[in-house]
Amino acid sequence: MEVIRSQKRTVSNDVVSTPTLPLYLTAPPMEVRLEEFELFAIDRLRVLKGVSDGLARGRNPNEMDDLVETLWKEHMRLSDVSEMINKDIISHFVLRLVYCRSDELKKWFLSMETALFRHRFRLKKIEEQRAIVGEFGLPYKAVIGTELESLKEKLGLVARSLGQISSDALEIISSSPLSYLAVKLKPFLTESFFSFLSFAVENIYYKVPFEEVPDLVAGRRVLLQKGYAFVAGSQASHLVSLVVTQFRSHLSKALILTNRKWTTTIREREKDRLTPIVEALSTSYLGPDYSQSSEYADISLKDIDQVSKSSFPLCMRHLFEKLREDHHLKHGGRMQLGLFLKGVGLKLDDALAFWREEFTKKVGSERFDKEYAYAIRHNYGKEGKRTDYTPYACSKIITSAPGAGDHHGCPYRHFSEDNLKAALSRMGLSSRGMEDVMDKVRNKHYQLACTLTFEAIYGTSCDTGINHPNQYFEESQKILKSKTPAAPV
Amino acid sequence: MTREEIVNNGEDMMIDDPKPKIENDFNVHYLRIYYGNLFPYTDIHKWLSYGHDGKHPGCDEYYFGRREFSFTLENDVYLRYKSFKNASVMEDAIKSNFPYKIDIGAVYSVDPDKRHAYAHSGTNLFTPVERELVFDIDITDYDDVRYCCSGADVCSKCWPLMTVAIKVIDTSLREDFGFKHILWVFSGRRGVHCWVCDAKARRLTNEQRSAVAEYFRVYKGNENNAKKVDLMGHSLHPFLARSYVDFLKNFFEGELQANQSLFSSEEKYEKILGMITDEDIQADLRGKWENSARSSLSEEATSRLRWEQLKKTLQSKKNKALSLRTCVEEIVFTFTYPRIDLEVSKQMNHLLKAPFCVHPKTGRVCVPIDPNNCDEFDPLAVPTLSQLIEEINSGGLRMDVDDDDSDRSLLGKSIKFFRSSFLEPLLKSCKEEIESSYKTKIAKTKDSFSW
Repeated sequence: MEVIRSQKRTVSNDVVSTPTLPLYLTAPPMEVRLEEFELFAIDRLRVLKGVSDGLARGRNPNEMDDLVETLWKEHMRLSDVSEMINKDIISHFVLRLVYCRSDELKKWFLSMETALFRHRFRLKKIEEQRAIVGEFGLPYKAVIGTELESLKEKLGLVARSLGQISSDALEIISSSPLSYLAVKLKPFLTESFFSFLSFAVENIYYKVPFEEVPDLVAGRRVLLQKGYAFVAGSQASHLVSLVVTQFRSHLSKALILTNRKWTTTIREREKDRLTPIVEALSTSYLGPDYSQSSEYADISLKDIDQVSKSSFPLCMRHLFEKLREDHHLKHGGRMQLGLFLKGVGLKLDDALAFWREEFTKKVGSERFDKEYAYAIRHNYGKEGKRTDYTPYACSKIITSAPGAGDHHGCPYRHFSEDNLKAALSRMGLSSRGMEDVMDKVRNKHYQLACTLTFEAIYGTSCDTGINHPNQYFEESQKILKSKTPAAPV
Repeated sequence: MTREEIVNNGEDMMIDDPKPKIENDFNVHYLRIYYGNLFPYTDIHKWLSYGHDGKHPGCDEYYFGRREFSFTLENDVYLRYKSFKNASVMEDAIKSNFPYKIDIGAVYSVDPDKRHAYAHSGTNLFTPVERELVFDIDITDYDDVRYCCSGADVCSKCWPLMTVAIKVIDTSLREDFGFKHILWVFSGRRGVHCWVCDAKARRLTNEQRSAVAEYFRVYKGNENNAKKVDLMGHSLHPFLARSYVDFLKNFFEGELQANQSLFSSEEKYEKILGMITDEDIQADLRGKWENSARSSLSEEATSRLRWEQLKKTLQSKKNKALSLRTCVEEIVFTFTYPRIDLEVSKQMNHLLKAPFCVHPKTGRVCVPIDPNNCDEFDPLAVPTLSQLIEEINSGGLRMDVDDDDSDRSLLGKSIKFFRSSFLEPLLKSCKEEIESSYKTKIAKTKDSFSW
């Protein structure tokens, strides 16, 4: 895959007969524009984050099918099929680069891509599924001849125990002339043609180490013998399990190779071009950036204390309280809270007044003007390179590394269990709500923990999940304002 | 660490204890003699080293040292994440702590004792990497189907439930899953533990462990549902069919009926009638049985007769619903199918009591059970601590189990079985595996010069 910086569109149209669900076995020889390199990756990332959220919320397989279909339509679909396939492939390979860089990233990417693949595969028609299986060239031995003969009765039992097929039907399939032919001709055929022929009669059973199809073992959906599961090529659920296992193991190996390539050559060679994009992508946040305050976000100095209690997420509330208490925050805290306040609509002048009020109690007004005021104007794009900085999203806050004396970061991740519990009970969480939150924390679902806190406090569900402190603030304000009667009594 | 010191202080105080009376099955004094003279340290170390004995260049000499042990001391002081470099360090630790219970955990990526050194690196280096696939079956889970005992008690009338569980699970582990190195151990009081030690089993992920555990799940214990086993579908899965035909049916109709007389009283048979979904059939059978309440037959004979009647009634209604056709099987499964504590099997880092521990309540040693002769195993004949001590006292100080007459000593038999039936074949295959993976590794490094 070549990345080019051209506006001219040279992306090949010669995508040849790729099925609509690529296996990403090799990076295709195509040219990609730099903008697409990033944009496609972001779109795919939105899908993967959606999948991750769905899984963490315990959606069942059918709900996940629907979710994946919706997510795909929303972010990945293009009217031109071949372009969509290109986008699919490009975005996957870009994210491989992004997520090959640490074990934690690899693990996340591997499970999300596998889940995505599983549900996309499930959504395909059986013919297409077969084509995909054929393309994979499953490394399993097909059971034939006398071995199949000796297992026939038990295989029939399994099928009937699942209420799927009568023994007669099995009889007919296994004695069909085509199957017979396939077996007889085996010595004269190439392996792939043999497997095609066998496949065509829907009669193939694969002999697979049982640990590779755990879901089929768990449901007693396969015959087990001496450590092998006998997986039916004719059954959709069996097929999914096999293919997904293959997909996963292939991608897992590929990520290790990509990582090697990345660290030995790509990172250095692309240090001015792709590397910054790649490094930013894994922590990128995909919702609105809240650089402009919205209708709900418009607070003035006099409201700020009250609003901080009613609508700030825990991370901001904590920083806010610490600032009021210590009259000081270290750099990380100033950035996290300062940009958040900008996002909720605190004007530059108010912001200066706000920080000045606290800091002067500690450092004096002269030092404040000299050392701190600049940074605040800088955040508002009034100094230095005049970038209008955007508030931090959860992903950035969660991955930050607060040190000694720091109060920034994500409380769900960075607080000790006791401290977090104390903080949550100050927010008014019941002990039951608290247990749910702590459960998510223990499983490292920090954003879900925050979402549950939100749901417990405001008593409404938050289906989108919390991805950004400013989103938390806005959602909270929406709820509070809708509850406030128009004319106060 | 401070905890250990406290315990060591306690040890000093023990010295003044009066000589304990022989009748007690368990006391700390005995336990110290047991750990001092009888506990098979070398065998346990050999087992848990899995051939990594430092003799082969492909060995991982730190393998044993990364295994978690945990001790439960007197007064329920609980020490987790202990690890030992070798057999003698383990022996010293056990002899100085004389734990009431020793649990074995997983092999971790790094030495569990030093896990804190890695805790702050952020990449979570401390994770379990290997662990035997284990099963835990407890007779207390059978309380609703045994009428002789309840709770932790066990007698010769209900123990056969354990025996049939061993047969069903052992057969499946070997025939279905292809495992070879399986150790069954008496848990010392009321159940059995199973350790599957094949390399493949030790490397299963949590997901794969869950899959195996779920494969064995039939019983869905639920107090609010009379029907505790639901065998859906038109036929039994081959594993269930084999279990039924080879073990469960005969056990139900033979031994279990003889021991428990499952239909002998109204209270008992009502439980079974509740599992029949057809009310007409229920009423029909109930009518018959109420009338025969005062027959001259023995309890057991009455029970057998009623079972035959039930079978005949259910099986004669061939055209009735599918659920009735599987009803006979469901009743048999409900009463006899192994009730495994599945959660124990699903997680790599779950702890399980080590073989050859002594149960503090019964004083009985957790000895291995031979699955091929499990019918002969009698939990009440397992040597107790006091018997072992008595044997030592009467036989002088000759306690070396390697002796020729080890067969005759109470524990010697069990240790000998552990060695010859489990340890030797296991180590043989471990060494073969180490050898072959070493060869592949050498071949690979040669290959890698080419690119």
